[in-house]
Amino acid sequence: MKEFDPGESASIVSVTDKVRPLPLGHAVTSVHFLGDNACFVGAEESVSVVSARGDISQTPVHGGGILCAVSDGARIVMGGDDGKVVALNAKGEVTLLATDAKRRWIDNVALQPDGAVAWSAGKTAYVRSGKGEEKSFDMPSTVGGLAFAPKGLRLAVAHYNGVTLWFPNMAAQPEFLEWAGSHLAVTFSPDNKFLVTAMHEPAMHGWRLADNRHMRMSGYPGRVRSMSWSAGGKGLATSGADTVIVWPFGSKDGPMGKEPAMLAPLQARVSAVACHPKQDILAAGYSDGTVLMVRLEDGAEILVRRNGGAAVSGLGWNAKGTLLAYAAEDGDAGLLEL
Amino acid sequence: MSEPSSPKIPVTVLTGYLGAGKTTLLNRILSENHGKKYAVIVNEFGEIGIDNDLIIGADEEVFEMNNGCVCCTVRGDLVRILDGLMKRKGKFDAIIVETTGLADPAPVAQTFFVDEDVQKHARLDAVVTVADAKWLSDRLKDAPEAKNQIAFADVIVLNKTDLVSKAELAEVEARIRAINPYAKLHRTERCKVKLSDVLERGAFDLDRILEIEPEFLDGGDGHDHDHDHHHDHDHHHHDHSHSHGGLKHYHDEDMQSLSLRSDKPLDATKFMPWLQNLVASEGQKILRSKGILAFTDDDDRYVFQGVHMMLEGDHQRKWRDGEARESRLVFIGRELPEQMIRDGFEGCITT
Repeated sequence: MKEFDPGESASIVSVTDKVRPLPLGHAVTSVHFLGDNACFVGAEESVSVVSARGDISQTPVHGGGILCAVSDGARIVMGGDDGKVVALNAKGEVTLLATDAKRRWIDNVALQPDGAVAWSAGKTAYVRSGKGEEKSFDMPSTVGGLAFAPKGLRLAVAHYNGVTLWFPNMAAQPEFLEWAGSHLAVTFSPDNKFLVTAMHEPAMHGWRLADNRHMRMSGYPGRVRSMSWSAGGKGLATSGADTVIVWPFGSKDGPMGKEPAMLAPLQARVSAVACHPKQDILAAGYSDGTVLMVRLEDGAEILVRRNGGAAVSGLGWNAKGTLLAYAAEDGDAGLLEL
Repeated sequence: MSEPSSPKIPVTVLTGYLGAGKTTLLNRILSENHGKKYAVIVNEFGEIGIDNDLIIGADEEVFEMNNGCVCCTVRGDLVRILDGLMKRKGKFDAIIVETTGLADPAPVAQTFFVDEDVQKHARLDAVVTVADAKWLSDRLKDAPEAKNQIAFADVIVLNKTDLVSKAELAEVEARIRAINPYAKLHRTERCKVKLSDVLERGAFDLDRILEIEPEFLDGGDGHDHDHDHHHDHDHHHHDHSHSHGGLKHYHDEDMQSLSLRSDKPLDATKFMPWLQNLVASEGQKILRSKGILAFTDDDDRYVFQGVHMMLEGDHQRKWRDGEARESRLVFIGRELPEQMIRDGFEGCITT
């Protein structure tokens, strides 16, 4: 266990002096990059866009709470408690994609590489293809999470007692992957071989899609709220414990029968993780405000932000992997150029 | 003791059988000039006229937790809604959850025991049950949901008292007391009740468990009685009434409360495992439990409370000089194994 006491000579490499502090002044729930602009999605109403030079501007996107956000690097799609699905692109343009007829909360959004967008309100999942065709499908219970498969128009919809795999363009019945409990966030492995959910309980569940074999990934002290695939998809880094838990997905059996790597232990809970887009490095944020960069291979750490602040609520890398942005729940944020 | 400055948002759960007047009470709370903003979570979204900025429709989804405990259920939709609402912190002062008339309050309450994120930001304030003075007696016979809601309540708003005679009112109150003698009871017409009687009750706040005494029918309606009802029920009784100085006294056949008391100190090393085993094995029957305990060689009062199999407890404060070091426990539940509980409790008394 390590503590970062400013009074002691640090036994760890620190780049805290290279971080550009960004006092955003609003709570942040996620961080994304559009080109080299760092975008800090607020808990309510707007996104703070920060240029590589450090200029901060605010873009209003919702008339209330922002409940979910996802980005493909070209745009950020968000859902709000105003019943709207909106997109923000790199030029700073905001587009209204959909409005729920009953003004229900938009709980989840997902983006597909070919331009399709998915969102959910209550039990209903909606998909709009890149060509603008819209379809909807009712789940047996409220949608907990959405994810597009890396290839083709296939949507995973997490809900109570399992995940529905829906092919919006096919008439066939959706496939159902069953596992008792409430499934929230859902993600496909980049090679399309595995599907993983973060559950309401402090555990994750996975399926190997070739044969629907189950993978139980448990032992967390807290709920997993942040997941990130390492470059190339060899590992899935997760929050929820006092170390970064990285599950191995490099082999055909995934993490079945294997122990995860446990990196960067601190006396605080990991609250956010973001893997570098190209190298085997990840950024981890903690409940005590610490931000570390961690090398996957040997767990070597670099200190980006000292502890002492609010919990880290968002982390993001630009596509080239040259910029790292972080934000804490209280709106204290920073930008690091590598 | 209480912490009014606590940053956690208080959540009031409003239950009551169909037509009892939940919406009337809700509108009364919202329309009164209190300067507070409420976020309201309702089920019949858009079907009832509620004038409020922050109103959210819920689906009343009851989820079983994956821990092998069948009564360990939570409201999945509530977890999601509270999570979303916390993004708007500062825009409201308190949350009111209105359940459907057929709902069991337990999963709502358990959500606050089980979910770490919910616990971090919100606290359950009280379960308020609105009851219809004219029809409750009938519903207690034919609707198990109505009985659950009465048994679970911290506050009972006995509404529509203008529609019943004095005798009918006394009867329905006696029936309520047979199930739950501990809730605060308020007689109302059109849910006219002081907001301070239903909000900010701190009923689940361990620091505010001050005493455990049955609430007697002491409203000045001519019931004057000072004898002790400790509800030492004989469970083979069927629904019947008998008279104590003019007051009808009912025994509910399957839902009742059990009160335990000892002026001798308890052995904590025996009591804690006993209580935990009791709620683990009988938790499905125990709706609510509460206790103030005096342990041997312990100068602090220990308090606990529970919902079904979930318990929380802590040392509360020092016993005061001259204060009787007495342990009191209550269980409200269905077909409680009274003798087993009494014997088990006796076995925890330090000898």
